[in-house]
Amino acid sequence: MSQTAEAHAPRSRSLPAPRVLLEKATGLGLVAILGLWLVVQLVRTPERFAGALVEGVNVGAIYALIALGYTLVYGIIELINFSHGDLFMLSTVLGAFVVITVFGATSPTLGGFGVLALGLVVTMTLAATVNVAAERLAYRRLRKAPKLAPLITAVGLSFVYQWGGVRTNGSGQKTWDSLLGDSGFTVAGISVPWSMVLVTGVTIPLLMLMMWIVQNTRQGKAMRATAQDQDAARLMGIDVDRTIAFTFAVGGALAGAAGVLYLQTVENTRWDAGFRLGLYAFTAAVLGGIGRLDGAVLGGFLIGIIQNLNDSGMLPFGQKWSQTVVFTILIMLMVFRPEGLLGRPTTEKV
Amino acid sequence: MATTAAPATDTRVKNGDGTGRGGGDGAGVRRRHRLGDRIWPLGFALAAVLVFVLYQWILPQAPAGVSDFFQTWLPMSTINQCVIWATMAVGLNVVVGYAGLLDLGYVAFWAIGGYVAGWLMSGFFGQWQINFFGHPAPGQESGIHLSFWLVLPLAGLFCALWGVIIGAPTLRLKSDYLALVTLGFGEIIPEVFKNGENINGFNLSNGVKGITPLDPISTGPFAYLGVPEELGPFDETWKFVIYVLIATFAVFVSLRIREGRLGRAWLAIREDELAASMMGVPLMRTKLAAYAVGAFIGGIGGVAYASAVGGVAAEDFAFSSSIILLAMVVLGGMGNVWGVMLGALVLQWINSNGLAKAGEAINQAVGKDLNFPSYNFLVFGAILILMMLFRREGLLPETRTRQVLREPDRGGAEPADAELEGERR
Repeated sequence: MSQTAEAHAPRSRSLPAPRVLLEKATGLGLVAILGLWLVVQLVRTPERFAGALVEGVNVGAIYALIALGYTLVYGIIELINFSHGDLFMLSTVLGAFVVITVFGATSPTLGGFGVLALGLVVTMTLAATVNVAAERLAYRRLRKAPKLAPLITAVGLSFVYQWGGVRTNGSGQKTWDSLLGDSGFTVAGISVPWSMVLVTGVTIPLLMLMMWIVQNTRQGKAMRATAQDQDAARLMGIDVDRTIAFTFAVGGALAGAAGVLYLQTVENTRWDAGFRLGLYAFTAAVLGGIGRLDGAVLGGFLIGIIQNLNDSGMLPFGQKWSQTVVFTILIMLMVFRPEGLLGRPTTEKV
Repeated sequence: MATTAAPATDTRVKNGDGTGRGGGDGAGVRRRHRLGDRIWPLGFALAAVLVFVLYQWILPQAPAGVSDFFQTWLPMSTINQCVIWATMAVGLNVVVGYAGLLDLGYVAFWAIGGYVAGWLMSGFFGQWQINFFGHPAPGQESGIHLSFWLVLPLAGLFCALWGVIIGAPTLRLKSDYLALVTLGFGEIIPEVFKNGENINGFNLSNGVKGITPLDPISTGPFAYLGVPEELGPFDETWKFVIYVLIATFAVFVSLRIREGRLGRAWLAIREDELAASMMGVPLMRTKLAAYAVGAFIGGIGGVAYASAVGGVAAEDFAFSSSIILLAMVVLGGMGNVWGVMLGALVLQWINSNGLAKAGEAINQAVGKDLNFPSYNFLVFGAILILMMLFRREGLLPETRTRQVLREPDRGGAEPADAELEGERR
């Protein structure tokens, strides 16, 4: 939420140090090589490339939802909420339980979609509740503590969630039937699965709602004010605790939605899915510029696309290196451009 | 680290570390301080000797009931695991506890150390035949066979090098970003080993199969004193001695550095980075040193682990291991070596043996059938959370850590932790 937060830092006009220039050149060079490679692949196998792109957008929408949870929380209390990915994992398990185990919705009927909507609401509510409870019980007490403390707490919480996942989902992978299955339609030789329409159809309104809440409502204003300066916000009569709890609730709800939608596309639940996906989503949030909502969305789609390009052999690494590719992006970003794509180099608020 | 010139005892700076409970400068107080200094090392040595004597000489002669009891609750292999984990926790303590850099990918160094042992002490690289004081099993002469005692420092140095490579670009990040980057490395490096059976045709790590078996450990001149000449997978009590020596080395190194110039610089960085840099502490170099020392200890721990397990496999190096190590450091008391050691011994026992056995005992007593080991994650997560909420300084806190962690918000002086430390702009 820093898009309104900082004033422009006065930038010196002098030429940057050679080291900085070298770093920038290296970074741009790497991106250029990657881009060139992709163009070559696009020319050589356009269909496969487009297929990977479609799949990437599909997964990217889910990454964007998770990334928003990270970025919201980071924006407001500067905490990397490590357990967020595992909250998402719990949501996939819960979503599977509500939608498929309880109501048995596995076919694209009207009732099926109704159940899916119900599952969305239930999962979002519960995930939000869990997240708020975590904030209330753990993070709130540590708000004044050194940064290491809430971070370690989040790691611990993530372990507890994973345990919850193992208890409810077993130590292996469970496969589920989704509403739409593999069916799809073909546009210009590119097959688009219906589940993608469903996912983007739910995700984009959610994202827009999110943006609207943060930018246009009173609560959103309070969030932005709290992100900027908690003490000043308190002096202005904003209930800071409630605002932070609200932020956690929104983040949790988005993770809940992501969980249900993930189940509809990937059709399986695993107790350790949250760790990897959470990290991907965090990378997405950093890629876009952490603290920025639009950045998280952009980053989510980009990471999804990059990952799928790699999975489908468009990048010269292959599927088994996907995780390495994404983490390398994370590390490269941290080294070359920690402010992300949309963030501007800011001097930290002191 | 050559800068560890130990200050003479009588000029030692009293910086109130864990054991120095008595303040002041009186002669009597100083003697007590020194005694306090000795209690932990003496206790550790005594415990090690006791364990060794018990398992080597007493238990084989003991009545079946007694030795069964020890076999169930505390078998020698578990003790070895505990000591090895303790070594690595002490190494992580240098990074997290001393320098205050949250490292969530420490398992990477462990993996590198383990694979160095795998490369240099087995028949894995069959295309070469190098033997340097090595003890290959009969019929496995091809491959690289170095002496265990040579592999230890080599692996340590290799890991230290990697610590510098990983640290150099990332250490200027502020703490929570650093945590993420280390986590990324901690995931990448085991994955490289996992997928490394064919890197441009070169078999780096044998993929998921891992490298096994490793050469036995040679004991050199000690063979004349009745120690077996080669310590294979079943000489667990003798290996225990070696692992204790390695742990002692780790403890000694971290305690000595802690007293010296470098150690004080680490603590200064941990407590207030900005102030430390104002006082002339070179941030990058000091942090890199912490990384290198931590990685070195992680590396020798990795070699020890590989020799205890008898091989290396990529699945051993999961994120959860990093977190368990972190839990050990946090539980024991960040910065206090002996606390960390104790935390590691206890937690690893719970992890490998204690929880399961205690569960069985409770199940029998209550007549239920709960699967206690499945509560492992809950236990470790809860330890992290509860410790952070209620006893942030750990069970055996360093007094200094307690002061820092308990101090209320220092006037909003959340250090001006520019995302990009100094050098960037």
